[in-house]
Amino acid sequence: MLGRTLREVSAALKQGQITPIELCQKCLSLIKKTKFLNAYITVSEEVALKQAEESEKRYKKGHSLGDLDGIPIAVKDNFSTSGIETTCASNMLKGYVPPYNATVVQRLLDQGAVLMGKTNLDEFAMGSGSTDGAFGPVKNPWSYSKQYREKRKQKPHGMLAGHDPKDSTTIQDPGKPFMLSSLTDVSKLCIGIPKEYLVPELSSEVRSFWSKAANLFESEGAKVIEVSLPHTSHSIVCYHVLCTSEVASNMARFDGLEYGHRCDIDVSTEAMYAATRREGFNDVVRGRILAGNFFLLKENYANYFAKAQKVRRLIANDFVNVFNSGVDVLLTPTTLSEAVPYPEFIKEDNRTRSAQDDIFTQAVNMAGLPAVSVPVALSNQGLPVGLQFIGRAFCDQQLLTVAKWFEKQVQFPVIQLQELMDDCSSVFEIEKLASVSLQQ
Amino acid sequence: MAAPMLRGCCLGRHWALACIDGGSRHGRGAATGFTSSGKRGQSFVAQQPHITAQKSRKGEHKWEAVVGLEIHAQIASNSKLFSGSQVHFAAPPNSLVSFFDASLPGTLPVLNRRCVEAAVMTGLALNCHINKKSLFDRKHYFYADLPAGYQITQQRLPIAVNGSLAYSVCVGKRWRQVITKTVRIKQIQLEQDSGKSLHDELRSQTLIDLNRAEGQLRVDANISVHHPGEPLGVRTEVKNLNSARFLARAIDYEIQRQINELENGCEILNETRSFDYKLGCTVPMRDKEGKQDYRFMPEPNLPPLLLYDTASLPAGADPQQVINIDQIREQLPELPSETREKLIQQYGMLPEHSFALLNEVGLLEFFQNVIKETRAEPKKVTSWVLNIFLGFLKQQNLAVNESPVTPSALAELLNLLDRKVISSSAAKQVFEELWRGKGKTPSQIVSERKLELMQDAEALERVCHAVMEGHPQVVMDMKRGNPRAINKLIGLVRKATHSRADPTVIKEILEKQLSS
Repeated sequence: MLGRTLREVSAALKQGQITPIELCQKCLSLIKKTKFLNAYITVSEEVALKQAEESEKRYKKGHSLGDLDGIPIAVKDNFSTSGIETTCASNMLKGYVPPYNATVVQRLLDQGAVLMGKTNLDEFAMGSGSTDGAFGPVKNPWSYSKQYREKRKQKPHGMLAGHDPKDSTTIQDPGKPFMLSSLTDVSKLCIGIPKEYLVPELSSEVRSFWSKAANLFESEGAKVIEVSLPHTSHSIVCYHVLCTSEVASNMARFDGLEYGHRCDIDVSTEAMYAATRREGFNDVVRGRILAGNFFLLKENYANYFAKAQKVRRLIANDFVNVFNSGVDVLLTPTTLSEAVPYPEFIKEDNRTRSAQDDIFTQAVNMAGLPAVSVPVALSNQGLPVGLQFIGRAFCDQQLLTVAKWFEKQVQFPVIQLQELMDDCSSVFEIEKLASVSLQQ
Repeated sequence: MAAPMLRGCCLGRHWALACIDGGSRHGRGAATGFTSSGKRGQSFVAQQPHITAQKSRKGEHKWEAVVGLEIHAQIASNSKLFSGSQVHFAAPPNSLVSFFDASLPGTLPVLNRRCVEAAVMTGLALNCHINKKSLFDRKHYFYADLPAGYQITQQRLPIAVNGSLAYSVCVGKRWRQVITKTVRIKQIQLEQDSGKSLHDELRSQTLIDLNRAEGQLRVDANISVHHPGEPLGVRTEVKNLNSARFLARAIDYEIQRQINELENGCEILNETRSFDYKLGCTVPMRDKEGKQDYRFMPEPNLPPLLLYDTASLPAGADPQQVINIDQIREQLPELPSETREKLIQQYGMLPEHSFALLNEVGLLEFFQNVIKETRAEPKKVTSWVLNIFLGFLKQQNLAVNESPVTPSALAELLNLLDRKVISSSAAKQVFEELWRGKGKTPSQIVSERKLELMQDAEALERVCHAVMEGHPQVVMDMKRGNPRAINKLIGLVRKATHSRADPTVIKEILEKQLSS
């Protein structure tokens, strides 16, 4: 059951093949068995069982809330969950229990989803490998000695997108939840391949998958053309200036006064701030704050922040021009290669890794476009590789429709954790070896 | 400005510049209370300053002072500028704090429409240009009363700019002469308020109340001096002045302090000072060493604020989501200067009286209600409202709406006076009785206390005659031309009539009887 798709499980719940409580218990059991992955910071067992119980009541009465009713979900630990510890994988928020749910969490719960727990991440999501959180790195379930490279900073698009009245920067149009049609004919589509994304660091394997995907579209009748996003090479630096500046600003609220960690020093407020923030943040976070503050200094603002905003405009315009020339969707790699082994990954520092790994995904952040990463195939090493689709602004539905078609074509294998579970002894052997190199 | 801004949690801020002559203001004498230049503290330059030929000696060149005011005014709204929490005066500490106000991670600002409307109204009332697009910024500094570590403000592109305020100043002997001056308004901006800090010296701790600071109006003054024709001098900032009176004193002091420093060859530091109310002088603020870099950054969670007018309003726009400047302009209430002008024209009122009527909340309305119901002359009404009525209010520290005397009651009283049913002094007695709020009407009080003026002229003449007969010496004095003699006789007649005779009439009769 746990290897099925969400749609299949939802159908099973509706048909009574499995109850929400049974499903919840299976999930909890799997979570316990895969504890060595360190994927969860908090497992909300009691809450989950209670929610599952309520879901079951609804199903019995025939009043299910929808397709997500009874479906187990996990929420990354940088989303507020009311009454459940939310740490952002940082010492700064260890023990912090929010009094409210993030909008996306609330919407999921309103649909009857069952919250299994809060998942691990880089501290405050600053990183690219989920290696630098206060609770230790996450292990790639595909392999115990390798990392699963998490896709950071994907905006939540799709069926739960739209207007959030608590976020003034979301659009007003109350997006109706849409159904994705099954696209059968891609011949009217124009797929763009940005040539600047063909970088030397791109592994030959990923390049090959990218190429095969392009060919697939072409063979099905779509128009596949090379396009240019000329300012791509400036994008990562531009992103770093803007991102660290925002970080410096957003992290200013962590001062030990209202919530979260507070140091023992009480000599003066300033001393308290300094010690609290030094103790609460890891060096990645502190590094970004310092960089951001540097860029925001009066004497630097014009040369760095304002300049980066201008470059950002150019980057966004690159996309506008491409989409205006008849392209519907762009196809790019998501990562440079499959997940790099942990010992190798940590040879470079966080900033370097982020600069390298974000190369395909941060431009979209700056252009404000919808994008989605779709797993394509397993590499020679048996690790998953994905490709990215980028859509026009506000054309989430079209983007996801294309992605869905592609997903259907590639038939990416479902992870079979059960098989890995059976061979318990070998698991723990590898676990012992791996744990040595994981000592922070 | 007349009606004070009521409770609210948002701030508007505008700069006003006024040129001032030779260290004094408004024709009054130089400020008192400043200390001699012996008290310098940190502003003293370590080395002995050079006194070159170009430096001015005391009193040689004229000084001109430049003053900029930064005024923080709370907007009257039900909820705060960026969060839905309520605004209530004198609520228990930290009882009106939303998640956003406490800067909980993940919370975001949502702009309050009413506050934007209030800012537009203020901008229009001050003849500003309203920016159809304005932006929000973050101003960063660490302080316990600023939970987010930054304040959301409008530094780059505020909602209104380039306005002016024409105001009248009473000058001259007994401030009878009124001159009009204009002050420039540099800009008006919406911004968040900080929390309130309560310093507990005893326990060496500071308590923070995040309801947001009370205090409807706060002013910071920026002051510099220079010689006319030369560039502007270094300015100092004097913070947190809460009354007009202290503001004036602080500015006067600071201007004189700067002049003294400069004339003694010292430099003015670009620093922040506070006003010591007891000593009447400005002192440097200890914790503001070095210039702060606020690291201004655009507020990423608020899009540009777009305003429309009737011409630019998008077709089919939801009226709940857009603000139309023209509509707000139409809804502007009559501005004080217009009201005062009307009073002067309509009632022949003196300008200083028009000011007084508008400077007390509810007083104008009270005045107009009395006018409606009385046939007494406006000048009489003005006099009674401003002198007697207002006097009683102030004595007991009451607001107009707490007055035990209603406009109707006062109107009735003035009618009695106008019809000469009672004398002026009797009227005052009735007013005192009314003030005690026992529920009686003026007419009732008059009849109960027998305060009616004597209407019988013959009877009065008889009394006058009797009094004159009874006091021949005084009559002799009168005949000799002693002016005080007649007053004595008037007093005696009044006593004899239990103050029911009009002193003017008594005087007439006495003089008539004397001459006959």
